Amino acid sequence: MSVEQAIFCEGITKTYGEGEAAVKALRGIDLTADFGEIIALVGPSGCGKTTLISIFAAILSRSSGTLRLAGVDPDAMTNQERTLFRREKVGFIFQQFNLVPQISVVENVAIPLLLRGENRSESLDRAEKLLTEVGLHNRAQSRPSKLSGGQQQRVAIARSLIHEPSILVCDEPTSALDGATGQRVMELIREQGRRPDRLVVLVTHDERIYHFADRIAHVDDGLITRIVTSDVELAALQAVAFEKGKAQ
Amino acid sequence: MLRIALKMLFGDSAKFYGILLGLTFATLLITQQAAIFVGLMSRTYALIEETPQADLWVTDPTMQFVDDTKPMQVTALDRVRSVSGIEWASPLFKGLLVAKLPNGGRQICDVIGVDDATLIGAPAILLQGKVEDLRKTDAIFIESRGAGKQLLQPLTADKNGPKRPMQVGDELELNERRAIIAGIAETRPSFQNVPTIYTTYLRAVGFAPANRRTLSLILVKALPGQDLLELQQRIQAQTGLSAYTPAEFSWKTLDYWMTQTGIPINFGMAIALGFLVGVAIAGQMFYNFTLDNLRYFGAMKAMGATSRQLLQMVAVQGLAAGVLGLGLGLGATALFGLMIPGDRLAFKLTWHLPIISTIAVVIIVLGASSLSIWKVIRLDPKEVFSG
Repeated sequence: MSVEQAIFCEGITKTYGEGEAAVKALRGIDLTADFGEIIALVGPSGCGKTTLISIFAAILSRSSGTLRLAGVDPDAMTNQERTLFRREKVGFIFQQFNLVPQISVVENVAIPLLLRGENRSESLDRAEKLLTEVGLHNRAQSRPSKLSGGQQQRVAIARSLIHEPSILVCDEPTSALDGATGQRVMELIREQGRRPDRLVVLVTHDERIYHFADRIAHVDDGLITRIVTSDVELAALQAVAFEKGKAQ
Repeated sequence: MLRIALKMLFGDSAKFYGILLGLTFATLLITQQAAIFVGLMSRTYALIEETPQADLWVTDPTMQFVDDTKPMQVTALDRVRSVSGIEWASPLFKGLLVAKLPNGGRQICDVIGVDDATLIGAPAILLQGKVEDLRKTDAIFIESRGAGKQLLQPLTADKNGPKRPMQVGDELELNERRAIIAGIAETRPSFQNVPTIYTTYLRAVGFAPANRRTLSLILVKALPGQDLLELQQRIQAQTGLSAYTPAEFSWKTLDYWMTQTGIPINFGMAIALGFLVGVAIAGQMFYNFTLDNLRYFGAMKAMGATSRQLLQMVAVQGLAAGVLGLGLGLGATALFGLMIPGDRLAFKLTWHLPIISTIAVVIIVLGASSLSIWKVIRLDPKEVFSG
């Protein structure tokens, strides 16, 4: 184990419920991820991806195993400490964007800073700068509903990065978008999100964005069945597509 | 974050106006109905307030409220006057009599007969005439409301033609006896809402059908420095009559109407309806507003919003809706009170009523907010993930 590692987990399990009603969502996850890396968690529905990402985001407690997020064990913290840990260290990009519809785009981006109690006008200034970086400076005062899906996800990216988190958690960031928009959003996540001191964890079903990840972890039935680099994964996918083409 | 909370509330205009409408309407219903109730109830003891000279009101022991005249023998006045500590004691006649109007019409009137010697009990405000005019032959005073409404006189022979209010110099008959209007008084409306006629005690007794007992009430003024409670006890012990301070007599009257009639229940139901409207519309809508925004609260929780921050956000939303709804509701109630003439509808907006409405709105908003806060606090932030 090293403090340089963004995530270190060994034998993590998670069980929901008790007794006969108990459901084992994770059955022993081993994974390490470094800062500067983009790692994708892929797998079928119900395989445990959401549980795993919730644990990596310090939202959910594990049932057993060892876990360090940016060098600390979130389960050793009180609820309040975990909340503050998330506020400082974790950025979120959600599938459905979750932009508050009644406030402006720039205010949405500033939320993580406002939650920290930072000065409102300074927070809005920083949010505007970040909106400029994601190409939405001219939409700062718009309501989210006036933006396209891709633009809304770019706002969500700006919001997730404004407090410079150590771990960026992206939950299906492209599944609500068309292919081209999804590609642009992922390019933005890679451009803006990747930092030497930041880990990007990506949960996705979308094979078209696998190549944005450095490594791809396949989750199945509560276990990581294999971890491969995106090159290997892409080669495998191409081989499968080639075989399908030949069969037809 | 509180500014964002307010923007979330104001930004959802459909729900915000729904919440506001519900709270405004609830406040209006609660306050307006309560004000009418208070106004109506305060009319029941209007005579007591119109007669501020008396320190004590002496009545037959079986009398339940000020209009429940149980006449006493005239000797009761002498018995009361014989009690030590009294500066003066005056008789008062009170009874409903039928007046025959110049146009032949008949109208029930509340006749008040005041002390012939001192005229204590006569109306304080006279729009026309002087108090001393009551000493003139067959003189009566009528109050302006009755003069301009139930006692209107036709200007021509046509009964349905234009009419004028009764005025000084006009005559009417009370129990076949002539009465001449010598003054027009301004008094508070009474509960019975019939014209009030003031005259002297002996003249009033003459107007009334023959009866051995004619003394309705005795007004008592205590000597300076006399302890009222002691005087009350002395009067009761020595005369066998009841003696009340004006406040006690007003409360006794009020208590009768509150406990012996269905009026409080009727108004109580209207007020409860207002409260239910508030709960049903505003409370429900506020809760739905929170439910609609639950995913955003969840996202904020995931991003590091503490339970305290979320609680403050929901609380400030409830507070803003409550303050605005209450303000609009109270404003509408006050406007209603100003627009309705005082004699048409009893309406008395005392300082207690806005407090009661505020408490009701606080209960509605607190109830709705508590449910909303409970939902937000218990929200599992992982629910914001798609899985």
